[in-house]
Amino acid sequence: MNLLDIMTDPNTRWILLGTMFLGLSSGVIGSFAYLRKQSLLGDTLAHAALPGICIAFMLTGVKSTSFFLIGAALAGLAAVFLISVLTRYSKIKQDAALGIVLSSFFGFGIVMLTQIQQSEYGNQSGLDTFLFGQTASMVMSDVYMMMAVSFILIFTCTLFFKEFKLLSFDPGFAKGMGLPVVFLDYFIMMLIVAAVVIGIQAVGVVLMASLLITPAVSARYWTERLHIMVILSGIFGMLSGVSGTLISTSVNNLPTGPLIVLSATAWFFFSLLFAPKRGVLSSVWRRVSLKKNHSLEQERRKGRYTS
Amino acid sequence: MNDFWIILVGALVAGSCSVLGCFLIVRKMTLIGDAISHSVLPGIVLAFLLTGTRDSVPMLVGAAALGLLTVFLIQLFQSSGVQADAAIGIVFTSLFAAGIVLVSLYTQQIDFDLEHVLYGEIAYTPWNTLTIGGIEAGPKAVWIVGSCFILNLILIFVFFKQFKLVSFDPALAAAMGIPVLLFHYVLMSLISMTTVASFDSVGSILVVGMLIIPAATAYLLSDRLSGMIKVSIVVGVLSSVIGYYSATILDASISGCMVGSAASLFCLAFLFSPTHGLVSRLLKRRKSKERYA
Amino acid sequence: MEQAALKVEDLTIAYHKKPVVEDVSFEVPEGNLIGIIGPNGAGKSTLIKGILELVPKLSGDITIKGATYKSMRKSIGYVPQRESVDWDFPTNALDVVMMGRYGHLGWLKRPGKSEKQKAMECLDKVGMAEYANRQISQLSGGQQQRIFLARALAQEADIYFMDEPFVGVDAATEKAIIQLLMDLKEKGKTVLVVHHDLSTVKEYFDWTMLLNKRLMKIGPTQEVFIPEYLQETYGGRLAILPDTKSGLLLK
Repeated sequence: MNLLDIMTDPNTRWILLGTMFLGLSSGVIGSFAYLRKQSLLGDTLAHAALPGICIAFMLTGVKSTSFFLIGAALAGLAAVFLISVLTRYSKIKQDAALGIVLSSFFGFGIVMLTQIQQSEYGNQSGLDTFLFGQTASMVMSDVYMMMAVSFILIFTCTLFFKEFKLLSFDPGFAKGMGLPVVFLDYFIMMLIVAAVVIGIQAVGVVLMASLLITPAVSARYWTERLHIMVILSGIFGMLSGVSGTLISTSVNNLPTGPLIVLSATAWFFFSLLFAPKRGVLSSVWRRVSLKKNHSLEQERRKGRYTS
Repeated sequence: MNDFWIILVGALVAGSCSVLGCFLIVRKMTLIGDAISHSVLPGIVLAFLLTGTRDSVPMLVGAAALGLLTVFLIQLFQSSGVQADAAIGIVFTSLFAAGIVLVSLYTQQIDFDLEHVLYGEIAYTPWNTLTIGGIEAGPKAVWIVGSCFILNLILIFVFFKQFKLVSFDPALAAAMGIPVLLFHYVLMSLISMTTVASFDSVGSILVVGMLIIPAATAYLLSDRLSGMIKVSIVVGVLSSVIGYYSATILDASISGCMVGSAASLFCLAFLFSPTHGLVSRLLKRRKSKERYA
Repeated sequence: MEQAALKVEDLTIAYHKKPVVEDVSFEVPEGNLIGIIGPNGAGKSTLIKGILELVPKLSGDITIKGATYKSMRKSIGYVPQRESVDWDFPTNALDVVMMGRYGHLGWLKRPGKSEKQKAMECLDKVGMAEYANRQISQLSGGQQQRIFLARALAQEADIYFMDEPFVGVDAATEKAIIQLLMDLKEKGKTVLVVHHDLSTVKEYFDWTMLLNKRLMKIGPTQEVFIPEYLQETYGGRLAILPDTKSGLLLK
C-alpha cells in the first residue's frame, strides 16, 4: 500500500484517528506523571491491567472494551494500593515495590491468560493481542471508545491544570492550601489507568509505559513552562501515534505498537540532541567553552605571577 | 523425569536470578533489572540473524552487549537531566520494541513467537537435550542455566566484600580505590547473561519476577546480606517447585505459576516475618502501648 | 618547612555550568584538626569529594605527604555524610566497621579474625562495643555516626576527611566524637572536618578554613575566625555580635 491508499482506506483512517488521540492524551497525562517522578508507575499499571482484563473476560465471557476498562481500572487501583501498603508497612523501597507488584500481577495475568486460552473460548478470545497490541484487531467501537476517553482525559487535565500543577510541584504546600491531596493523587492515577486501558489494545501492556514516559521527557527538553510542556508532550505523542501507524500499515506484517514506541523514541533522540538549552549538543558546547575559559584564565593568571 | 528437569531448570533460573536480585534490592535498582531483562531481546535476535543458529554462545554475547548498552544509555540520559525511572522506561521500551520489530521482520527465519518471549517454553526444555560424544547429557537448558548459576555464585563469593561495600557505601569504596564502576558493570553483565540463559526456557516475565520477588522476600527475612542471599535462593527454588505443581493442577503457564508462587511466598513474608512482618510489628506496637497505658 | 600532610593546588570542580569550587590552593601541616566552614552551597562537601577523586575535577593537583593521592590511598580515611547510605541495608554494626579494613585487604583476601578483632577495638573506642551485633537500622542517629567513626578508625589512616559528622547527633555523641578527634590529633594525625555550627568552631578546631566557592582564608583559628573574614565569607547574611563565651554570637 502506498501512502495515498492508506489515507483513503476508511478502516486505516479510523485507526489512525484512534492512535492519534491515544498519543495525544497519554502524552498529556504522562507529563504530570513525569513531573511527579512516577514514570514507571504507568508501566506497573499497564502490566497490572492484564489480570484485570482477564478477570473481566472470565466473568462476562465477552470481549468488550468497556468491561475491560472496568477490570483494568480495578486492578490498577489494587496495584496502587498494594504499592503504598508495601512501602508504608515494610522496609521495601518504592522501586522494589513497583517491581514486585508489576511482576506478580503480570505473572498472575499470564496464568489466567493461558487458562482462558486452554478453555472452551480457545484462542478466539483474542486476549493475547493485549500483550503487544494489535491495531488490526480494533473495531469501530474501540476507536470511538479511545476518542471518548482521550477527550475526557484532556478535558480533565485542562480543568484541573492548576491543581495538578501544584500537586506535581509541591504536594506539601498543596495540602496546606486545603487541596484534597490524597484524592487528587488517586485521581491522577485513575487517569493514567484510563490512558493505559485505551492504549493496551493498540500498543500492548508491555510497551504502554513508553507512550506515557517518552513524549513527556522529550517535551521537557524544550521548555521550562509546564503548560507548554504538556502541550508539546501531547503533540509528540500524537506524532508518534500517527507515524507509527503509518509505517506499520505501509510495511507488511509489522506490529503497530512497537513502531509507535520507536517513533516516540526517535522524537526523544531528536529532542535530546537538538533542544536549545538542555540538549546534548548545546551542553557539550557549553562544557567545552567552560573548560577553555578556565584554562585561559589560569594561564593568564600564571603569566601575571611570573612577569 | 521430565517433571524433574522442568523443576530443575526453574530452580536454577530462580537461584541465579535471586543471587543477583539481592544486590539490586539493596542498591535500589530493581527496575534496572526489569529493564535489562526486556532489552536483551534485540541482542538475542541480532545474534540469531548474524549466526543463523540458536547456539547459546553468540546469544549470550549479544545479550550481554545489549545489557551493557542498556545500563550505559540509562546513565547517559540520567546525566543529561532525565529522571532515573523515566530514563529506564525510555531505554527498555525502545529496545524491546526494536526487538519485536526485528522478530516480526524476520519471522520466517526465526522460529520463536512473541508469546515465547514473554513466558518461554519451559515445558519443552526436557526434549532439547545436549549430546556430548554420543552420550545424552540431559537438557541443554540445565547446562546453560546451571553454568550461569555457578558463575554467578563464584563471582559473588570471590568478590563478596567488594560487591557489599560498593552497594552499601559507594563513596567510601571509591575512596579506598575499589573500582566502583567496574563492579557495577560486572553485576549488570551477570544480569544480562542470566537473563539470556533463562530467556529461552522461561521468558522475560519469570526472569523479572525471579530477579525481584525472592530477593525482596529474603530482604524481609534476613538482617545480613550473606543470609539474605541464602534465603533468596531457597525462596526461589521453593517457588519453582510449588509453581510447577500448581501449573499442572491449573493447566496454565508454568513460568506464570512460578512467579505467582514467588508472589505468594512474598506475601507470607510480608505478613509473618518474625522481625519485619506486618503482624509482628503490630503485635510489638500493641505490647508497647499496653506497657505505657 | 616540614612536609605538608595535604597539599592542594588549583583545584576547580564544576558540575554543570558554573564552578562549585574554584581555584582552591592550600597546604595543611601534620597533626592538626581543621574545620572547613562556609555558607550553604559553598562547596564544602564537594571540596572533600574532589580531593578524594569522587567527583571529576576541571583542574587541580593533590599531594599527600609529597606523594600522589593514588599511592597514598591506604593512609586516607573518609567519613561520608550519614544520610548518604541506606541504613536499612542488611548488615550489623560490627560488619560496617570491618568495611574500614577492606582497603588494606587487597583484591581477594576475605576479612578474618584479625579484622574482626580490630573492628571490635574500634567499636569499643567509640563506646559501641555492646551494639556490635545490632542491625544498623535499629541504631539511633548518634549511634550510627559513632559506627561511621569507628569504621574510619579501622582504616588506620594518617589523614581523615569527615563530612558533617556532627549533624543530627545528640550532645553526648558530639562530645565523644570531638574527644576522639582530639585524640587522633594528639597521635599526629590530620583531620579535616566539614562543619557548619559556627558557635563551636573556636572550641573544636585549631585550624579553620573559610570557603565560599573560592578559598577565603585558611590558618590557625584565632587568626582566621574573626568577624572581618567571616563577614567576607558569608556576605551580608551574617550578623555578628560580640559575645563573652565563644567570642561570637550569630543571628
